[in-house]
Amino acid sequence: MTNQQIAEDIVVKFGENTHSFEEPWGLLTLTTNRQNIISLLEYLKQHETFRFNFLTDLTGIHLPDNQGAEFGVIYHLHSLQNNVRIRIKVFLSQDDIHIPTVTSIWPTANWMERETYDFFGILFDGHPNLIRILNIEEMDYFPMRKEYALEDATREDKIDALFGR
Amino acid sequence: MEDILIPKNTSDALALNRPIVEDTEYTTLNLGPTHPATHGIFQNILKMDGEKIVSGEQTIGYIHRAFEKIAERRPFYQITTLTDRMNYCSSPINNMGWHMTVEKLLGVTVPKRADYIRVIMMELARISDHIICNSILGVDTGAYSGFLYVFQEREKIYEIYEEMCGARLTTNMGRIGGMERDLSPTAIAKIRDLVNNSLPKAWAEFEKLFNRNRIFVDRIVNVGPITGERALEYGFTGPNLRAAGIDYDVRVMEPYSSYQDFDFDIPVGHNGDTYDRFMVRNQEIWESMKIIRQALENLPEGPYYANENHYYLPPKHDVYKNMEALIYHFKIVMGEIDAPAGEVYHAVEGGNGELGFYLVSDGGRAPYRLHFRRPSFIYYQAYPEMCKGVSISDAIVILSSLNVIAGELDA
Repeated sequence: MTNQQIAEDIVVKFGENTHSFEEPWGLLTLTTNRQNIISLLEYLKQHETFRFNFLTDLTGIHLPDNQGAEFGVIYHLHSLQNNVRIRIKVFLSQDDIHIPTVTSIWPTANWMERETYDFFGILFDGHPNLIRILNIEEMDYFPMRKEYALEDATREDKIDALFGR
Repeated sequence: MEDILIPKNTSDALALNRPIVEDTEYTTLNLGPTHPATHGIFQNILKMDGEKIVSGEQTIGYIHRAFEKIAERRPFYQITTLTDRMNYCSSPINNMGWHMTVEKLLGVTVPKRADYIRVIMMELARISDHIICNSILGVDTGAYSGFLYVFQEREKIYEIYEEMCGARLTTNMGRIGGMERDLSPTAIAKIRDLVNNSLPKAWAEFEKLFNRNRIFVDRIVNVGPITGERALEYGFTGPNLRAAGIDYDVRVMEPYSSYQDFDFDIPVGHNGDTYDRFMVRNQEIWESMKIIRQALENLPEGPYYANENHYYLPPKHDVYKNMEALIYHFKIVMGEIDAPAGEVYHAVEGGNGELGFYLVSDGGRAPYRLHFRRPSFIYYQAYPEMCKGVSISDAIVILSSLNVIAGELDA
């Protein structure tokens, strides 16, 4: 079973809803949209030969310059029988960052989605308990977004006296 | 959590092994955040019906340090210090996993000798991780002496770390492109003594004390079982998944760092209960010793680092005499070298399971986005389900056998 076969099978089933097929370091990567993410993941999980039955990782990314698709949700699936991995991405606009939850397919997505919500503010519709997980509940911003830059290590405007130097 | 408290229907009542009662009062018990039996700072709010746990709610994040955010500002070589502090019981595995991720991005091939040294260090780390888990499981069931005996061996592993990198707990071992120094004759002698003499003896003694000990076995058999299917749904990996009967091990499925050269077995359990988790870890210690012996025996000659000027620091004596080396030294230390753009996922078999690094580079000096797939974080969410209907003392044992490491849980 090669990446080529998987990609062809997905294209036959989902057509134009899947695009941007890539193979960085041999890991099949593709992009879909939020209308099709659940059916695509279910299809891959229940496929007779592919059997992507393991959700390895679910995380988010913020791309502020990517107009209309500022937020990404990235799924890493693993087919343990065939030992093949696949990466699926969904991009969302910052005005409407909703995506359906996958907790009904994999219970393990529960905390992964909570973590993604906690850091990026991506809203997973239908999630049983979408609250912050690692940060304090009173926090009113999403810290992994790029607008919250960490202090630049090379800055020169610090007043030494304030830092006891 | 509220909906399952009162067993109003038959299935809930059966699961809890009690009659259907409409008006039961429950006790709330806080297990943690700083309870000694949690071995780390995280809280479980347990709803108790007498001795039995009805449901649990977890609060984590007490030692969250925003590693993923900090990593976005750091040059690649400075991120090992963050990975050290995730699973601090086996930091060399975290370090090597990160180096290998960057090497994958850069397309660096590491010489065989460096691979073998890494394998030795990673397996030592796995041994020390499993020693902690299993001996503390003994402590949690009331058997303190086993813990004291085998901690002597862990101390010896830490001495080997010291010999290799100067540090004990947060090792910061290895460099992008290889190891920072070769195995010294002292280190080799210490490793040989550990895997050929002292550890096999101590571990055999430990197993003699525990494996068929009636009191211990009665406490852990059939406690907190999980089926293989459910474990997969919950994203279990590592010894906890293998205890449930699924033989997934990253070292075999996707061999990294020359693991394909070694001959070792993957121990697998049946029921996924605490006893199986304990036995799988015990057996893995023997397998790790096997790997280390093979690696020492077949240790290839040659360089212990790749010819990777942009990331591997030049030898110090060259820095003073050679212009080229001085420039690279400066550029590496100041973090002025841009990595190629790309997207990499690399996984290693950590002490607790698949430790993944998802790295997105935009061609800058630091990662654009770095996500750690932390096995403890992912499987700890199954804990309330595993301890439903058990007594509090069993819940402690289950928690202990899962080997949840707070640093890895919170990142």
